[in-house]
Amino acid sequence: LVQFTIPIDNGDALKNAEADSQRTLYPYVTGTSIVAIKYKDGVLMASDMGGSYGSTLRYKNIERVKAIGKHSLLGASGEISDFQEILRYLDELVLNDNMWDDGNSLGPKEVHNYLTRVMYNRRNKFNPLWNTLVLGGVKNGESYLGMVSMIGVSFEDNHVATGFGNHLARPILRDEWRADLSFEDGVKLLEKCMRVLLYRDRSAINKLQIAKITEEGVTVSQPYSLKTFWEFQAFHNPTAGAQGSW
Amino acid sequence: MFRNQYDTDVTTWSPTGRLFQVEYAMEAVKQGSAAIGLRSRSHVVLACVNKAQSELSSHQKKIFKVDDHIGVAIAGLTADGRVLSRYMRSEAINHSFTYESPLPVGRLVVHLADKAQVCTQRSWKRPYGVGLLVGGLDESGAHLYYNCPSGNYFEYQAFAIGSRSQAAKTYLERRFESFGDASREDLIKDAILAVRETLQGETLKSSLCTVSVLGVGEPFHFLDQETIQKVIDTFEKVAEDEEGEAGEGDAEAAAAPAEQGGGGAGDQDVAPMEM
Repeated sequence: LVQFTIPIDNGDALKNAEADSQRTLYPYVTGTSIVAIKYKDGVLMASDMGGSYGSTLRYKNIERVKAIGKHSLLGASGEISDFQEILRYLDELVLNDNMWDDGNSLGPKEVHNYLTRVMYNRRNKFNPLWNTLVLGGVKNGESYLGMVSMIGVSFEDNHVATGFGNHLARPILRDEWRADLSFEDGVKLLEKCMRVLLYRDRSAINKLQIAKITEEGVTVSQPYSLKTFWEFQAFHNPTAGAQGSW
Repeated sequence: MFRNQYDTDVTTWSPTGRLFQVEYAMEAVKQGSAAIGLRSRSHVVLACVNKAQSELSSHQKKIFKVDDHIGVAIAGLTADGRVLSRYMRSEAINHSFTYESPLPVGRLVVHLADKAQVCTQRSWKRPYGVGLLVGGLDESGAHLYYNCPSGNYFEYQAFAIGSRSQAAKTYLERRFESFGDASREDLIKDAILAVRETLQGETLKSSLCTVSVLGVGEPFHFLDQETIQKVIDTFEKVAEDEEGEAGEGDAEAAAAPAEQGGGGAGDQDVAPMEM
């Protein structure tokens, strides 16, 4: 548990209401990994619907992937309230873009760069938005997939993963991702990653959504569960290899 | 009759519903030396006449690069024009930095127009005394806009502003229907010919004009004197030859769309080019 504290000297507490406030940053309700890949027609993004409160799997219906404008999809892991704040920023951005009504529209690249600026500037003020964001989209036939972290590290790639996904999903994607994946193969690949995360990530729950974005638009699947198998011999007698109370 | 009573400051209306200060600002644009813009679907050409104050001085810069995909030509108070160009450059680069994407020219033009409007509604300000021809690209292709001191802006296929711009406009009016699909080279030629119109008889030389081009896949840049002179030579030369033969400016269907016209000074009666 990382506690992030910066004391600020604001003078006399009697006169200044903010005098003894500190910017303590500590995530409370968090989402776990996001895994996303480019495929033949666009981008696929998978996430589970869990919101953990520390070690408690408290919320089980949180949508962590949202459509942004006409051309983009945003997935977030980390603090859920910060994600909601980011959605409010983007809402305003998209609204103003639409109000121009001039045939120009924000593409995924623009949204990704805007978010990079926001995240980096907050980091510089020692007041980060505690998220790792995944931005995917398609515009004018070109697919785009990128990531921004809470400290403003930003890059694009053919496949990305956040949180535990970095450790568990990335190796699978490196081995098995191809540029011309069909939709079915793409979903299979994502499900493979999500299954590993389900088994091994303590904060993952078995209720996931897969979102797809193509030139036509965004579709977010209904929540569903993955089949799991727990009948391995080793699980039947878990202490077989280490008898005794020690 | 009542003009003088209501023209002292910009926040006073006249009884006939006019703001004279704004109109006077538009006059300032007409006094500046000519600037011309034209566009095709994929390119925009901005050209202007280089008039120096005296033989001893150099001419003022009237065309500015705002970004790789936007350029502006000004007529009127060049100092005001410089300030607005700096504003445009700032807007363009801020957008580029935040979104890593070029600012659509249509949006820049609206920002510019709103900025000009402010000066027509503050008693402690005066309108900008400069007209701007803004050429640039956005998602829907190439665009050319004209921004007035009044805060109005208009989109054009081709336009000319400044002194003797009417002659250029007349030429452009005859030719503009072909601009949409014109090649880059033809567009440049038409721009230079339009500049020639504003010179009204003076011999066209590359030192007298500045020409800039931008387009899809071609960032904004100025054409060098050599290139401009080459284009001038293609029609001036034919003019010389034909004058030698026929002695009259006769528009024959020559192989290259050559400009036939009074190459000599003071030939007011010859109608400018029949293409």
